[in-house]
Amino acid sequence: MNEFVERQMKLTWRPPKKSYDVVIVGAGGHGLATAYYLATRHGMSNVAVFERGYIGGGNSGRNTTIIRANYGIPAAVRFYQRSVDLYRGLEEETGRWLMHQQKGILWMAHSQAAVRAERMRAKLNTEFGAQTEWVEPRQVRELCPELDIEGGGRWPVLGASYHPQGATARHDRVVWALAEGAMERGAHVHQNTPVEGLVLDGERVTGVRTAAGDVAAGAVVSAVGGHVSRIAAMAGLRLPIRTHRLQAFVTNHYQQQFGPIVASSELFFYASQTARGEMLLGAEIDPQPSFSYRSSHDFVQDVCRRALCLLPFMSNLRVLRQWTGVCDMSPDYSPIMGQTGVNGFYLTTGWGTWGFKAIPAGGEQMAELIATGEVPELIAPFGLDRFARDRTMADRGSAGTH
Amino acid sequence: MSLRIPCPTCGDRSVHEFVHGEIRRVPDHLTDPDERDLDFAFNHDNEEGVVAERWFHAQGCRRWFEIRRDTTTDRIVEAEES
Repeated sequence: MNEFVERQMKLTWRPPKKSYDVVIVGAGGHGLATAYYLATRHGMSNVAVFERGYIGGGNSGRNTTIIRANYGIPAAVRFYQRSVDLYRGLEEETGRWLMHQQKGILWMAHSQAAVRAERMRAKLNTEFGAQTEWVEPRQVRELCPELDIEGGGRWPVLGASYHPQGATARHDRVVWALAEGAMERGAHVHQNTPVEGLVLDGERVTGVRTAAGDVAAGAVVSAVGGHVSRIAAMAGLRLPIRTHRLQAFVTNHYQQQFGPIVASSELFFYASQTARGEMLLGAEIDPQPSFSYRSSHDFVQDVCRRALCLLPFMSNLRVLRQWTGVCDMSPDYSPIMGQTGVNGFYLTTGWGTWGFKAIPAGGEQMAELIATGEVPELIAPFGLDRFARDRTMADRGSAGTH
Repeated sequence: MSLRIPCPTCGDRSVHEFVHGEIRRVPDHLTDPDERDLDFAFNHDNEEGVVAERWFHAQGCRRWFEIRRDTTTDRIVEAEES
Protein backbone atom coordinates (compact mmCIF):
# COMPACT_ATOMS: atom_id res chain seq x y z
CA MET A 1 0.00 0.00 0.00
CA ASN A 2 1.47 3.33 -0.97
CA GLU A 3 2.05 6.35 1.24
CA PHE A 4 -0.68 8.34 -0.42
CA VAL A 5 -3.29 5.82 0.62
CA GLU A 6 -1.86 5.58 4.15
CA ARG A 7 -2.15 9.36 4.47
CA GLN A 8 -5.59 9.67 2.95
CA MET A 9 -7.39 6.75 4.48
CA LYS A 10 -8.14 6.06 8.11
CA LEU A 11 -6.44 2.70 8.26
CA THR A 12 -5.38 1.63 11.74
CA TRP A 13 -3.00 -1.31 11.89
CA ARG A 14 -3.14 -3.27 15.11
CA PRO A 15 -1.19 -6.34 16.24
CA PRO A 16 -3.09 -9.65 16.01
CA LYS A 17 -5.08 -10.75 19.03
CA LYS A 18 -5.15 -14.33 20.36
CA SER A 19 -8.77 -14.83 19.44
CA TYR A 20 -11.50 -13.40 17.22
CA ASP A 21 -15.15 -14.16 16.59
CA VAL A 22 -14.50 -14.43 12.87
CA VAL A 23 -11.23 -14.87 10.97
CA ILE A 24 -11.27 -14.19 7.26
CA VAL A 25 -8.45 -15.50 5.08
CA GLY A 26 -7.60 -13.16 2.24
CA ALA A 27 -7.90 -9.35 2.22
CA GLY A 28 -9.21 -8.98 -1.26
CA GLY A 29 -12.57 -7.58 -2.23
CA HIS A 30 -14.63 -10.50 -0.95
CA GLY A 31 -12.76 -10.89 2.33
CA LEU A 32 -12.88 -7.19 3.14
CA ALA A 33 -16.51 -6.88 2.05
CA THR A 34 -17.41 -9.73 4.40
CA ALA A 35 -15.62 -7.91 7.26
CA TYR A 36 -17.23 -4.62 6.24
CA TYR A 37 -20.78 -5.99 6.21
CA LEU A 38 -20.22 -7.95 9.44
CA ALA A 39 -19.25 -4.65 11.08
CA THR A 40 -21.87 -2.39 9.49
CA ARG A 41 -24.91 -4.68 9.25
CA HIS A 42 -24.44 -7.08 12.14
CA GLY A 43 -22.34 -5.11 14.63
CA MET A 44 -19.64 -7.79 14.61
CA SER A 45 -16.29 -6.08 14.82
CA ASN A 46 -14.22 -8.70 16.63
CA VAL A 47 -13.12 -9.80 13.18
CA ALA A 48 -9.67 -10.23 11.62
CA VAL A 49 -8.68 -10.44 8.00
CA PHE A 50 -5.35 -12.18 7.34
CA GLU A 51 -3.53 -11.45 4.11
CA ARG A 52 -0.30 -12.98 2.90
CA GLY A 53 0.57 -9.93 0.76
CA TYR A 54 -1.10 -6.53 0.84
CA ILE A 55 -4.77 -5.66 0.67
CA GLY A 56 -6.25 -5.93 -2.78
CA GLY A 57 -2.98 -7.27 -4.16
CA GLY A 58 -4.37 -10.47 -5.62
CA ASN A 59 -7.19 -10.75 -8.09
CA SER A 60 -8.88 -7.63 -6.72
CA GLY A 61 -6.01 -5.71 -8.25
CA ARG A 62 -5.87 -7.74 -11.44
CA ASN A 63 -9.37 -7.71 -12.84
CA THR A 64 -11.09 -5.55 -15.43
CA THR A 65 -13.51 -3.88 -12.97
CA ILE A 66 -16.71 -4.52 -14.88
CA ILE A 67 -19.95 -4.47 -12.90
CA ARG A 68 -23.05 -6.00 -14.52
CA ALA A 69 -25.92 -8.34 -13.77
CA ASN A 70 -26.86 -9.72 -17.21
CA TYR A 71 -26.33 -13.35 -16.31
CA GLY A 72 -27.97 -16.40 -17.78
CA ILE A 73 -29.79 -18.15 -14.94
CA PRO A 74 -32.41 -16.64 -12.60
CA ALA A 75 -30.48 -17.19 -9.34
CA ALA A 76 -27.38 -15.52 -10.78
CA VAL A 77 -29.32 -12.57 -12.22
CA ARG A 78 -30.91 -11.92 -8.81
CA PHE A 79 -27.58 -12.21 -7.00
CA TYR A 80 -25.58 -9.97 -9.36
CA GLN A 81 -28.42 -7.43 -9.51
CA ARG A 82 -28.15 -7.15 -5.73
CA SER A 83 -24.45 -6.46 -6.23
CA VAL A 84 -25.09 -3.83 -8.90
CA ASP A 85 -27.53 -2.10 -6.52
CA LEU A 86 -25.10 -2.20 -3.61
CA TYR A 87 -22.28 -0.83 -5.79
CA ARG A 88 -24.46 2.13 -6.75
CA GLY A 89 -24.93 3.06 -3.11
CA LEU A 90 -21.42 2.20 -1.97
CA GLU A 91 -19.87 5.63 -2.61
CA GLU A 92 -22.46 7.35 -0.45
CA GLU A 93 -22.31 4.63 2.17
CA THR A 94 -18.52 4.59 2.57
CA GLY A 95 -18.05 8.31 1.90
CA ARG A 96 -15.29 7.50 -0.57
CA TRP A 97 -15.21 8.21 -4.26
CA LEU A 98 -14.92 4.83 -5.94
CA MET A 99 -14.93 6.23 -9.48
CA HIS A 100 -18.10 4.24 -10.07
CA GLN A 101 -19.35 5.08 -13.52
CA GLN A 102 -22.45 3.68 -15.15
CA LYS A 103 -21.73 3.16 -18.84
CA GLY A 104 -23.98 0.42 -20.10
CA ILE A 105 -22.75 -2.76 -21.67
CA LEU A 106 -23.36 -3.89 -25.24
CA TRP A 107 -23.15 -7.61 -25.88
CA MET A 108 -22.79 -8.15 -29.63
CA ALA A 109 -24.32 -10.92 -31.69
CA HIS A 110 -22.66 -11.85 -34.98
CA SER A 111 -24.68 -14.92 -35.95
CA GLN A 112 -28.30 -16.00 -35.85
CA ALA A 113 -27.48 -18.37 -32.98
CA ALA A 114 -26.03 -15.50 -30.98
CA VAL A 115 -29.01 -13.30 -31.85
CA ARG A 116 -31.29 -15.92 -30.33
CA ALA A 117 -29.04 -16.28 -27.27
CA GLU A 118 -28.85 -12.52 -26.66
CA ARG A 119 -32.59 -12.00 -27.19
CA MET A 120 -33.25 -14.77 -24.71
CA ARG A 121 -30.79 -13.27 -22.28
CA ALA A 122 -32.47 -9.87 -22.55
CA LYS A 123 -35.86 -11.41 -21.75
CA LEU A 124 -34.57 -13.50 -18.89
CA ASN A 125 -32.63 -10.60 -17.34
CA THR A 126 -35.62 -8.28 -17.48
CA GLU A 127 -37.85 -10.97 -15.99
CA PHE A 128 -35.59 -11.39 -12.97
CA GLY A 129 -34.80 -7.75 -12.29
CA ALA A 130 -31.76 -6.82 -14.38
CA GLN A 131 -32.85 -4.37 -17.04
CA THR A 132 -31.59 -5.57 -20.44
CA GLU A 133 -32.99 -4.93 -23.89
CA TRP A 134 -32.34 -6.18 -27.38
CA VAL A 135 -31.09 -3.38 -29.65
CA GLU A 136 -30.91 -3.37 -33.44
CA PRO A 137 -27.69 -2.47 -35.33
CA ARG A 138 -28.91 1.10 -35.89
CA GLN A 139 -29.22 1.67 -32.14
CA VAL A 140 -25.91 -0.06 -31.55
CA ARG A 141 -24.29 2.47 -33.83
CA GLU A 142 -25.86 5.31 -31.87
CA LEU A 143 -24.71 3.89 -28.55
CA CYS A 144 -21.17 3.27 -29.76
CA PRO A 145 -20.23 5.17 -32.94
CA GLU A 146 -16.70 3.73 -32.93
CA LEU A 147 -17.99 0.24 -33.68
CA ASP A 148 -17.59 -1.12 -37.17
CA ILE A 149 -21.09 -2.47 -37.68
CA GLU A 150 -19.82 -4.57 -40.60
CA GLY A 151 -17.30 -6.20 -38.24
CA GLY A 152 -14.60 -6.03 -40.90
CA GLY A 153 -16.86 -8.08 -43.17
CA ARG A 154 -16.44 -11.26 -41.16
CA TRP A 155 -18.23 -10.36 -37.91
CA PRO A 156 -21.25 -8.18 -38.77
CA VAL A 157 -23.11 -6.84 -35.75
CA LEU A 158 -26.64 -8.22 -36.11
CA GLY A 159 -27.69 -6.54 -32.88
CA ALA A 160 -26.80 -6.61 -29.24
CA SER A 161 -28.25 -7.06 -25.81
CA TYR A 162 -27.90 -3.74 -24.01
CA HIS A 163 -27.63 -3.68 -20.24
CA PRO A 164 -27.71 0.00 -19.24
CA GLN A 165 -26.64 -0.69 -15.64
CA GLY A 166 -23.27 -2.00 -16.76
CA ALA A 167 -20.62 0.01 -14.90
CA THR A 168 -16.99 0.17 -13.91
CA ALA A 169 -15.34 1.25 -10.66
CA ARG A 170 -11.78 1.75 -9.51
CA HIS A 171 -10.69 -1.58 -8.05
CA ASP A 172 -8.26 -0.37 -5.38
CA ARG A 173 -10.59 2.35 -4.22
CA VAL A 174 -13.22 -0.31 -3.63
CA VAL A 175 -10.94 -2.50 -1.50
CA TRP A 176 -9.48 0.48 0.37
CA ALA A 177 -12.92 1.87 1.14
CA LEU A 178 -14.12 -1.50 2.43
CA ALA A 179 -10.94 -1.96 4.49
CA GLU A 180 -11.32 1.51 5.95
CA GLY A 181 -15.00 0.97 6.73
CA ALA A 182 -14.27 -2.31 8.50
CA MET A 183 -11.21 -1.02 10.37
CA GLU A 184 -12.95 2.14 11.56
CA ARG A 185 -15.48 -0.10 13.27
CA GLY A 186 -12.82 -2.19 14.97
CA ALA A 187 -12.04 -5.00 12.57
CA HIS A 188 -8.37 -5.94 12.21
CA VAL A 189 -6.55 -6.37 8.92
CA HIS A 190 -3.16 -8.10 9.10
CA GLN A 191 -1.06 -7.75 5.98
CA ASN A 192 2.03 -9.88 5.28
CA THR A 193 0.62 -12.56 7.55
CA PRO A 194 0.05 -15.76 5.60
CA VAL A 195 -2.27 -18.38 7.00
CA GLU A 196 -0.21 -21.55 7.12
CA GLY A 197 -2.76 -23.95 8.51
CA LEU A 198 -6.07 -24.39 10.24
CA VAL A 199 -6.52 -25.40 13.86
CA LEU A 200 -8.88 -28.35 14.02
CA ASP A 201 -10.67 -29.69 17.04
CA GLY A 202 -11.98 -33.02 15.84
CA GLU A 203 -14.24 -32.20 12.92
CA ARG A 204 -14.43 -28.52 13.74
CA VAL A 205 -12.24 -25.64 12.60
CA THR A 206 -11.42 -23.54 15.65
CA GLY A 207 -8.72 -21.22 14.42
CA VAL A 208 -5.88 -20.51 12.04
CA ARG A 209 -2.10 -21.01 12.15
CA THR A 210 -0.44 -17.87 10.93
CA ALA A 211 3.09 -16.61 10.63
CA ALA A 212 2.27 -14.58 13.76
CA GLY A 213 1.15 -17.62 15.79
CA ASP A 214 -2.11 -19.49 16.35
CA VAL A 215 -5.29 -17.45 16.43
CA ALA A 216 -8.56 -18.88 17.73
CA ALA A 217 -11.73 -18.13 15.79
CA GLY A 218 -15.43 -18.82 16.17
CA ALA A 219 -15.67 -19.07 12.40
CA VAL A 220 -13.06 -19.19 9.65
CA VAL A 221 -13.94 -17.88 6.20
CA SER A 222 -11.76 -18.56 3.18
CA ALA A 223 -12.04 -15.63 0.80
CA VAL A 224 -8.84 -16.62 -0.94
CA GLY A 225 -8.46 -16.16 -4.66
CA GLY A 226 -6.16 -18.47 -6.57
CA HIS A 227 -4.97 -20.74 -3.78
CA VAL A 228 -8.25 -21.86 -2.28
CA SER A 229 -7.63 -25.55 -2.92
CA ARG A 230 -4.65 -25.34 -0.57
CA ILE A 231 -6.69 -23.66 2.19
CA ALA A 232 -9.56 -26.12 1.75
CA ALA A 233 -7.16 -29.07 1.94
CA MET A 234 -6.14 -27.84 5.40
CA ALA A 235 -9.74 -28.54 6.44
CA GLY A 236 -9.67 -31.91 4.66
CA LEU A 237 -11.83 -30.73 1.77
CA ARG A 238 -11.42 -31.33 -1.94
CA LEU A 239 -12.89 -28.66 -4.16
CA PRO A 240 -14.35 -28.67 -7.67
CA ILE A 241 -11.93 -25.89 -8.57
CA ARG A 242 -9.21 -25.54 -11.16
CA THR A 243 -7.08 -22.43 -11.23
CA HIS A 244 -6.40 -20.77 -14.58
CA ARG A 245 -4.72 -17.56 -15.60
CA LEU A 246 -6.70 -14.66 -16.98
CA GLN A 247 -4.86 -11.91 -18.78
CA ALA A 248 -5.77 -8.34 -19.63
CA PHE A 249 -4.05 -5.27 -20.98
CA VAL A 250 -4.51 -1.54 -21.52
CA THR A 251 -3.51 0.70 -24.39
CA ASN A 252 -2.35 4.29 -24.23
CA HIS A 253 -5.17 6.78 -23.90
CA TYR A 254 -7.83 7.25 -26.51
CA GLN A 255 -8.62 10.93 -26.64
CA GLN A 256 -12.34 10.66 -27.24
CA GLN A 257 -14.69 9.41 -24.63
CA PHE A 258 -15.56 5.83 -25.43
CA GLY A 259 -19.09 5.33 -24.10
CA PRO A 260 -20.20 1.83 -23.23
CA ILE A 261 -18.49 -1.42 -22.36
CA VAL A 262 -18.38 -3.61 -25.45
CA ALA A 263 -18.34 -7.39 -25.37
CA SER A 264 -18.65 -10.17 -27.87
CA SER A 265 -18.95 -13.78 -26.85
CA GLU A 266 -18.25 -14.97 -30.39
CA LEU A 267 -15.08 -12.93 -30.79
CA PHE A 268 -14.19 -13.66 -27.15
CA PHE A 269 -13.15 -10.25 -25.97
CA TYR A 270 -14.47 -7.26 -24.07
CA ALA A 271 -13.33 -3.66 -24.04
CA SER A 272 -13.98 -0.59 -21.96
CA GLN A 273 -12.32 2.73 -21.32
CA THR A 274 -10.65 3.39 -17.98
CA ALA A 275 -10.98 6.73 -16.19
CA ARG A 276 -7.53 7.62 -17.52
CA GLY A 277 -8.77 7.12 -21.05
CA GLU A 278 -6.92 3.90 -21.70
CA MET A 279 -8.73 1.16 -23.58
CA LEU A 280 -8.87 -1.92 -21.39
CA LEU A 281 -9.17 -5.29 -23.09
CA GLY A 282 -9.75 -8.71 -21.69
CA ALA A 283 -10.58 -12.09 -23.13
CA GLU A 284 -10.69 -15.75 -22.22
CA ILE A 285 -8.71 -17.70 -19.63
CA ASP A 286 -5.54 -19.55 -20.60
CA PRO A 287 -6.22 -23.21 -21.46
CA GLN A 288 -3.96 -24.88 -18.90
CA PRO A 289 -4.36 -24.73 -15.11
CA SER A 290 -1.67 -22.47 -13.73
CA PHE A 291 -0.78 -20.33 -10.73
CA SER A 292 1.82 -18.33 -12.60
CA TYR A 293 1.39 -14.57 -13.00
CA ARG A 294 3.27 -14.52 -16.30
CA SER A 295 1.64 -12.79 -19.25
CA SER A 296 2.13 -13.86 -22.83
CA HIS A 297 2.67 -11.97 -26.02
CA ASP A 298 0.37 -14.09 -28.13
CA PHE A 299 -2.50 -13.19 -25.82
CA VAL A 300 -2.10 -9.54 -26.79
CA GLN A 301 -1.68 -10.50 -30.43
CA ASP A 302 -4.80 -12.69 -30.45
CA VAL A 303 -7.03 -10.25 -28.62
CA CYS A 304 -5.91 -7.30 -30.77
CA ARG A 305 -6.62 -9.28 -33.92
CA ARG A 306 -10.15 -10.01 -32.73
CA ALA A 307 -10.86 -6.62 -31.18
CA LEU A 308 -9.79 -4.75 -34.32
CA CYS A 309 -12.58 -6.49 -36.25
CA LEU A 310 -15.10 -4.51 -34.23
CA LEU A 311 -13.08 -1.49 -33.05
CA PRO A 312 -10.78 -0.58 -35.94
CA PHE A 313 -9.85 2.79 -34.37
CA MET A 314 -7.69 0.91 -31.90
CA SER A 315 -5.13 0.17 -34.58
CA ASN A 316 -3.70 3.62 -33.76
CA LEU A 317 -3.25 2.79 -30.10
CA ARG A 318 -0.32 1.11 -28.44
CA VAL A 319 -0.33 -1.51 -25.71
CA LEU A 320 0.99 -0.01 -22.48
CA ARG A 321 0.62 -2.60 -19.76
CA GLN A 322 -0.36 -6.20 -19.45
CA TRP A 323 -1.12 -8.25 -16.38
CA THR A 324 -2.41 -11.59 -15.20
CA GLY A 325 -4.63 -12.86 -12.42
CA VAL A 326 -5.27 -16.43 -11.38
CA CYS A 327 -8.90 -17.47 -11.41
CA ASP A 328 -10.60 -20.24 -9.47
CA MET A 329 -12.84 -21.84 -12.07
CA SER A 330 -15.78 -23.93 -10.90
CA PRO A 331 -17.12 -26.61 -13.25
CA ASP A 332 -20.45 -24.82 -13.77
CA TYR A 333 -19.02 -21.29 -14.01
CA SER A 334 -20.90 -20.13 -10.93
CA PRO A 335 -19.46 -19.11 -7.57
CA ILE A 336 -19.37 -21.36 -4.51
CA MET A 337 -20.50 -19.66 -1.32
CA GLY A 338 -21.54 -20.83 2.08
CA GLN A 339 -21.03 -23.66 4.54
CA THR A 340 -18.73 -26.50 3.68
CA GLY A 341 -19.81 -29.47 5.76
CA VAL A 342 -16.85 -28.78 8.07
CA ASN A 343 -18.09 -26.99 11.19
CA GLY A 344 -16.85 -23.45 11.59
CA PHE A 345 -15.39 -23.27 8.08
CA TYR A 346 -16.99 -21.16 5.35
CA LEU A 347 -16.04 -20.66 1.74
CA THR A 348 -16.51 -17.92 -0.76
CA THR A 349 -14.73 -19.07 -3.87
CA GLY A 350 -15.17 -20.10 -7.47
CA TRP A 351 -15.08 -16.43 -8.37
CA GLY A 352 -13.39 -17.31 -11.63
CA THR A 353 -13.57 -14.36 -13.96
CA TRP A 354 -16.65 -12.76 -12.35
CA GLY A 355 -15.48 -11.84 -8.84
CA PHE A 356 -15.16 -8.06 -8.89
CA LYS A 357 -18.79 -7.34 -9.79
CA ALA A 358 -19.92 -9.57 -6.92
CA ILE A 359 -17.85 -8.00 -4.15
CA PRO A 360 -20.61 -6.14 -2.24
CA ALA A 361 -23.31 -8.81 -2.60
CA GLY A 362 -20.87 -11.64 -1.90
CA GLY A 363 -19.66 -9.87 1.24
CA GLU A 364 -23.13 -8.93 2.38
CA GLN A 365 -24.54 -12.42 1.97
CA MET A 366 -21.53 -14.16 3.56
CA ALA A 367 -21.74 -11.72 6.50
CA GLU A 368 -25.42 -12.55 6.93
CA LEU A 369 -24.70 -16.27 6.81
CA ILE A 370 -21.97 -16.01 9.45
CA ALA A 371 -23.88 -13.63 11.72
CA THR A 372 -27.22 -15.42 11.65
CA GLY A 373 -26.12 -18.99 10.98
CA GLU A 374 -28.81 -19.29 8.33
CA VAL A 375 -28.10 -19.50 4.62
CA PRO A 376 -29.57 -16.40 2.93
CA GLU A 377 -32.02 -17.19 0.15
CA LEU A 378 -29.97 -15.27 -2.40
CA ILE A 379 -26.94 -17.55 -2.10
CA ALA A 380 -28.65 -20.81 -1.11
CA PRO A 381 -28.37 -22.21 -4.68
CA PHE A 382 -24.61 -21.54 -4.71
CA GLY A 383 -23.59 -23.89 -1.88
CA LEU A 384 -20.73 -26.36 -2.22
CA ASP A 385 -23.22 -29.21 -1.75
CA ARG A 386 -24.94 -28.43 -5.05
CA PHE A 387 -22.61 -30.80 -6.90
CA ALA A 388 -23.53 -33.77 -4.72
CA ARG A 389 -27.21 -32.84 -4.97
CA ASP A 390 -27.01 -32.70 -8.78
CA ARG A 391 -28.09 -29.05 -8.75
CA THR A 392 -25.24 -27.40 -10.63
CA MET A 393 -25.75 -23.79 -11.72
CA ALA A 394 -24.50 -23.94 -15.29
CA ASP A 395 -23.91 -20.41 -16.55
CA ARG A 396 -20.91 -20.64 -18.81
CA GLY A 397 -22.32 -18.38 -21.52
CA SER A 398 -22.57 -15.40 -19.17
CA ALA A 399 -18.97 -15.31 -18.10
CA GLY A 400 -18.05 -13.67 -21.37
CA THR A 401 -14.62 -15.19 -21.20
CA HIS A 402 -15.12 -18.66 -22.64
CA MET B 1 6.60 -15.58 -24.83
CA SER B 2 3.79 -17.97 -24.81
CA LEU B 3 3.92 -21.42 -23.37
CA ARG B 4 5.57 -23.94 -25.72
CA ILE B 5 4.61 -27.58 -25.33
CA PRO B 6 7.30 -30.15 -26.23
CA CYS B 7 5.48 -32.61 -28.48
CA PRO B 8 7.52 -35.82 -28.81
CA THR B 9 6.72 -36.00 -32.53
CA CYS B 10 6.55 -32.38 -33.65
CA GLY B 11 8.93 -30.66 -31.26
CA ASP B 12 8.22 -27.44 -29.33
CA ARG B 13 4.96 -25.93 -30.53
CA SER B 14 2.66 -23.16 -29.25
CA VAL B 15 0.20 -24.14 -26.55
CA HIS B 16 -2.68 -23.08 -28.82
CA GLU B 17 -2.18 -26.17 -30.96
CA PHE B 18 -2.88 -28.46 -28.00
CA VAL B 19 -5.74 -29.61 -25.84
CA HIS B 20 -5.00 -29.95 -22.16
CA GLY B 21 -5.90 -33.19 -20.41
CA GLU B 22 -5.86 -33.62 -16.69
CA ILE B 23 -4.91 -36.96 -15.13
CA ARG B 24 -7.75 -37.45 -12.66
CA ARG B 25 -6.98 -39.21 -9.44
CA VAL B 26 -9.53 -40.03 -6.79
CA PRO B 27 -7.89 -40.24 -3.35
CA ASP B 28 -7.70 -43.71 -1.85
CA HIS B 29 -9.30 -42.68 1.43
CA LEU B 30 -12.62 -42.35 -0.39
CA THR B 31 -14.12 -45.85 -0.36
CA ASP B 32 -17.83 -45.33 -0.95
CA PRO B 33 -18.42 -45.86 -4.72
CA ASP B 34 -20.86 -42.91 -4.94
CA GLU B 35 -18.39 -40.61 -3.22
CA ARG B 36 -15.66 -41.79 -5.58
CA ASP B 37 -17.88 -41.07 -8.60
CA LEU B 38 -18.74 -37.64 -7.29
CA ASP B 39 -15.10 -36.84 -6.67
CA PHE B 40 -14.14 -38.07 -10.12
CA ALA B 41 -16.86 -36.00 -11.76
CA PHE B 42 -16.15 -32.68 -10.09
CA ASN B 43 -13.13 -32.41 -7.82
CA HIS B 44 -9.59 -31.57 -8.83
CA ASP B 45 -6.21 -31.82 -7.13
CA ASN B 46 -5.45 -28.30 -8.40
CA GLU B 47 -1.90 -28.74 -7.19
CA GLU B 48 0.67 -26.00 -6.91
CA GLY B 49 3.95 -27.45 -8.07
CA VAL B 50 5.02 -30.14 -10.51
CA VAL B 51 2.06 -32.08 -11.91
CA ALA B 52 1.85 -34.85 -14.49
CA GLU B 53 -0.63 -34.07 -17.22
CA ARG B 54 -1.58 -35.18 -20.70
CA TRP B 55 -1.73 -33.02 -23.80
CA PHE B 56 -3.31 -33.78 -27.16
CA HIS B 57 -1.65 -32.24 -30.20
CA ALA B 58 -4.92 -31.38 -31.94
CA GLN B 59 -3.39 -29.23 -34.68
CA GLY B 60 -0.35 -31.43 -35.24
CA CYS B 61 0.32 -35.15 -34.99
CA ARG B 62 -2.97 -35.74 -33.12
CA ARG B 63 -1.38 -37.87 -30.45
CA TRP B 64 -1.68 -37.85 -26.70
CA PHE B 65 1.49 -37.62 -24.63
CA GLU B 66 2.41 -36.96 -21.05
CA ILE B 67 4.50 -34.15 -19.64
CA ARG B 68 5.34 -32.84 -16.20
CA ARG B 69 4.82 -29.13 -15.69
CA ASP B 70 5.36 -26.84 -12.72
CA THR B 71 2.02 -25.02 -12.33
CA THR B 72 3.60 -22.20 -10.33
CA THR B 73 6.00 -21.21 -13.10
CA ASP B 74 4.62 -23.02 -16.20
CA ARG B 75 8.06 -24.56 -16.72
CA ILE B 76 8.01 -28.00 -18.41
CA VAL B 77 10.01 -30.37 -16.27
CA GLU B 78 10.35 -33.34 -18.62
CA ALA B 79 8.49 -34.88 -21.52
CA GLU B 80 7.89 -38.51 -22.32
CA GLU B 81 5.78 -40.39 -24.82
CA SER B 82 2.98 -42.53 -23.45
